Amino acid sequence: MKRMAQTKNRQRLRVAHLDELPLQIGKEVIIGEHEIALFRLSSGKVKAIENKCPHKQGPLAQGIVSGEYVFCPLHDWKIDVTTGEVQKPDDGCVQTFPVDVEDNIVYITI
Amino acid sequence: MTKRKLVLVGNGMAGVRCLEEIVKIDPNRFDITVFGTEPHPNYNRIMLSSVLQGDTTVGDIVLNSYEWYQEHNIQLYTGETVEKIDKNTNQVFTDKGRSVPYDDLIIATGSHPFMLPLPGADKEGVIAFRNIEDCETMIDTSKNYEKAVVIGGGLLGLEAARGLLNLGMKVDVVHILDYLMERQLDPTASGMLQAELEKQGMNFLMNHQTEAILGKKRVEKVLFKDGKVVKADLVVMAVGIKPNVDVAKASGIETNRGIIVDDYMKTSAPNVYSLGECAEHREMVYGLVAPLWEQAKVLAKQICEVGAGEGYQGSILSTKLKVSGVDVFSAGEFNDSPNSKAIRIQDDFEGIYKKVTIRDNRIVGAVLFGETSEGTKLLNMINNGTDIAEIGKVNILQSSPQEGSMVAEMADSEIICGCNGVSKGTIVHAIQENNLCSVAEVRDCTNASRSCGTCKGLVGELLEHTLGDEFEIGNEKETVCACTSLSHEEVVAEIREKGLSHTKEVMNVLGWTTPEGCSKCRPAINYYLGMVRPTDYEDEKESRFVNERMHANIQNNGTYSVVPRMYGGVTNPTDLRKIADVAEKYDVPLLKVTGGQRIDLLGVKKEDLPNVWKDLDMPSGYAYGKSIRTVKTCVGENFCRFGTQDSIGLGIAIEKKFERLNTPHKVKMGVSACPRNCAESGIKDVGIVGVDGAWEIYVGGNGGTDLRSADLLCKVKTSEEVLEMIAAYLQYYRENARYLERTSHWLERVGLDHIKETLLNNATFKLELVERMEIALASLPEDPWKTFIENEKQRTDLFQNKKGVEVTPS
Ligand code: SRM
Ligand SMILES: Cc1cc2nc3c(=O)[nH]c(=O)nc-3n(C[C@H](O)[C@H](O)[C@H](O)COP(=O)(O)OP(=O)(O)OC[C@H]3O[C@@H](n4cnc5c(N)ncnc54)[C@H](O)[C@@H]3O)c2cc1C
Ligand code: SF4
Ligand code: FES
Repeated sequence: MKRMAQTKNRQRLRVAHLDELPLQIGKEVIIGEHEIALFRLSSGKVKAIENKCPHKQGPLAQGIVSGEYVFCPLHDWKIDVTTGEVQKPDDGCVQTFPVDVEDNIVYITI
Repeated sequence: MTKRKLVLVGNGMAGVRCLEEIVKIDPNRFDITVFGTEPHPNYNRIMLSSVLQGDTTVGDIVLNSYEWYQEHNIQLYTGETVEKIDKNTNQVFTDKGRSVPYDDLIIATGSHPFMLPLPGADKEGVIAFRNIEDCETMIDTSKNYEKAVVIGGGLLGLEAARGLLNLGMKVDVVHILDYLMERQLDPTASGMLQAELEKQGMNFLMNHQTEAILGKKRVEKVLFKDGKVVKADLVVMAVGIKPNVDVAKASGIETNRGIIVDDYMKTSAPNVYSLGECAEHREMVYGLVAPLWEQAKVLAKQICEVGAGEGYQGSILSTKLKVSGVDVFSAGEFNDSPNSKAIRIQDDFEGIYKKVTIRDNRIVGAVLFGETSEGTKLLNMINNGTDIAEIGKVNILQSSPQEGSMVAEMADSEIICGCNGVSKGTIVHAIQENNLCSVAEVRDCTNASRSCGTCKGLVGELLEHTLGDEFEIGNEKETVCACTSLSHEEVVAEIREKGLSHTKEVMNVLGWTTPEGCSKCRPAINYYLGMVRPTDYEDEKESRFVNERMHANIQNNGTYSVVPRMYGGVTNPTDLRKIADVAEKYDVPLLKVTGGQRIDLLGVKKEDLPNVWKDLDMPSGYAYGKSIRTVKTCVGENFCRFGTQDSIGLGIAIEKKFERLNTPHKVKMGVSACPRNCAESGIKDVGIVGVDGAWEIYVGGNGGTDLRSADLLCKVKTSEEVLEMIAAYLQYYRENARYLERTSHWLERVGLDHIKETLLNNATFKLELVERMEIALASLPEDPWKTFIENEKQRTDLFQNKKGVEVTPS
């Protein structure tokens, strides 16, 4: 239900200049009540997921980023930053947000 | 030829296990139809306790997925209950109006949880602990309510209570008798169990009889016979089970407590069989899984007509409590009786109690508390009636060289894993077929040791027995992580040999299976590179664990803690005042004196960290680092009447010399000025003890997870010699230990003698170590907090959050 409401009034927000995102180190972005973890992967891709580990709310932005995954800083759950899916043997999912980069400016749609 | 029609009523552990056996024996014999009331495929009911305790998830406990049913052409109807069997026309009828004919029928309907018929038992929030729905109710309830009452101090009740504690609820366990798990434990073990669980936070109401459950729509309180009332938002009844004979009874099949079966699992009706908790065999009804496996095998052979031999002969039961941190095992006739004698071991220091009851030179029962690794072995000895005259009474409870031969002598059909019914033969076969070489691989392949874990030891022995020397080799090699097949030592050797200089290069050249490694190997490689190339390696922040990247300790809520240096535990009014001011200015939620003789500011917001450091203007205490932590000191000769040396002075000198040094794991030191050891030098990585005219140097102590007292390395005269010996010792540790190996574990692995030999008898080598240490120390970066204060880019990169700014849609 909540998701539906969000889809109705989608917002596209400017969140950072590409230079402000160090490679493989997450950044926390606050948008209203949302806390988002923004990652610039070594491939250059930029990904945005909810900054809350499904295990015990660990701040994912602070985790170690390897390839397309982030390892939660609290108890090391491994999360796919593209799909938001927690990798086995653990289970769960975090919300992902579409990101686009235009003229080195990063935008998130929520 | 048309296949026979087989219908199974009850999609639970026993019934489906029997189907597994049947399709193994004769995959094409039957057209199989299964009905199950629960809306799930067959799952491992005993793991519900682990799900509740948060150790696993519902998805992980499925035993046979929907695909399994499809693969074997089994028609499965979930969420559908069989209400009646017509013995004359050979059909079953369900609550959905379906009727299905059968040639053979198996009833495996399990049990109903027994609900005490108390006034108010029908209120919302009063449940049992039997299935996935109960488990989910408890998890959901814990989100909105805080107080649970579990009625019943047996296995199930205690497992439920532990789970509810893990979910953050307060829990009272009500038991009608004065000791817990009376059916599985003797009073001594029971007392120890209660004490341990109380320590874990369970509250017991022993000798309490429940009178009524009070509340409006939902439960609010529980009332006891003696008039006492306790608050309850949730009541879990775990007082027992009663065999589910509903459908058998409704269909005129003979029942007593359970559905009566003979040794071949036949009921009173032709071609109708029963097994599992609903079946009664020789007046016994079982409530555990081990008997089900035996029954399932007999029934499968019987129904496939391949000869079921002497049939099912009954089972001797063993139980194990699945509560983390508490090891309890019991089997057979463990209570004292006039015609049996017992061997007992009780160690109040370690909280271990073991009792084995013996009659006529044979073990007839056992209770183990605190240490249960012998459980499966003892159970097998009970089952086999092993003559113990030869073994020697005391050896029964000790790991003896005979252990190895124990698994060797077991028959292939003997069960190793009682929870999942996995036999020795199955495991050995799997090891050989699939080249398994670890307990974890055996678990994933066969399910052995997947549930309660008691049989891990036996599985290990089986691996050893089956693979012989290969196992030793396979076991010896500990790879850095799953991304590589190389060991720590091999990686370091390759870095040196090939002159590798970046983590990505290491992973690339050495054939890592993942493009950028994982949270285990990245920090390890980063450390190794820094150790091998102290002067030119540029530390990779992105390969550091959060604490070491941020130079602060992350807390459970995402804030950080800040521990400034207080060399040797000595402080002064200025520093104390600064700490006090900072704590006030930044609303620091907690100021605490640490176990390392300094002050911790806990709960600082990430964004505030750089300013906190700036205002403190003190060096980082590295309380977060794989590096030199603290040097704890005692008062020493300047004030103490026993002091023989200046412990504070030496402690400060050591801390100043080695601070900020990266090490494989953290290093803690201590200096005491006499053998009274007020700085606890005996449990430090390096501990110094002053004696008249000399210093003793102790190494390899640890006060953490694996307590280890330090060993005396040597005795030297001057503080200069102390500093030099520490330099040599720590450099040797830095170069040789595996990443995340504390000095205590490293020393155990390589041996004290080897270290003494290296550092005391080889002067040139020692000097080289000292030299390399000096190079490493000279190349250390300056204090990280200061760097952050001075470097704006790093500060914004790591500590500043961004905000979103809405852009008008184009
Ligand atoms: C702050 C402190 C507790 C206190 O308030 O006293 C502390 C706090 C933590 N300790 Fe400790 N330890 C503290 C003294 C100790 C001591 C006692 C001592 O140093 O004298 C020990 C046992 C001695 C020893 O290490 O030999 C100790 C043994 C551990 C261990 C187990 C290490 C082991 O090898 O077994 C860990 C886990 C680890 O490092 O993997 C640990 C890990 C932790 C961590 C860092 C957990 C983590 O990884 O996040 C804790 C951070 C809490 C937080 O929220 O910030 N802490 N920890 C102490 C800081 C001392 C300091 O000033 O630096
Ligand atoms: C939380 C918990 C922890 C446990 N821990 C352990 C342990 O550590 N060790 C151990 O040995 N045992 C343990 N047990 C006991 C063990 O789970 C049972 O002994 C075992 O599941 C019994 O298997 P069963 O097939 O007889 O019954 P079940 O597994 O209960 O299967 C019976 C199935 O039949 C279905 N059914 C009933 N009537 C009908 C009908 N008319 N039509 C269609 N379907 C029907 C039921 O819904 C159920 O799914 C535990 C049990 C619980 C609840
Ligand atoms: S003992 Fe150490 S690691 Fe454990 S909770 Fe206390 S501070 Fe944390
Ligand atoms: S909070 Fe993320 S792994 Fe525990």
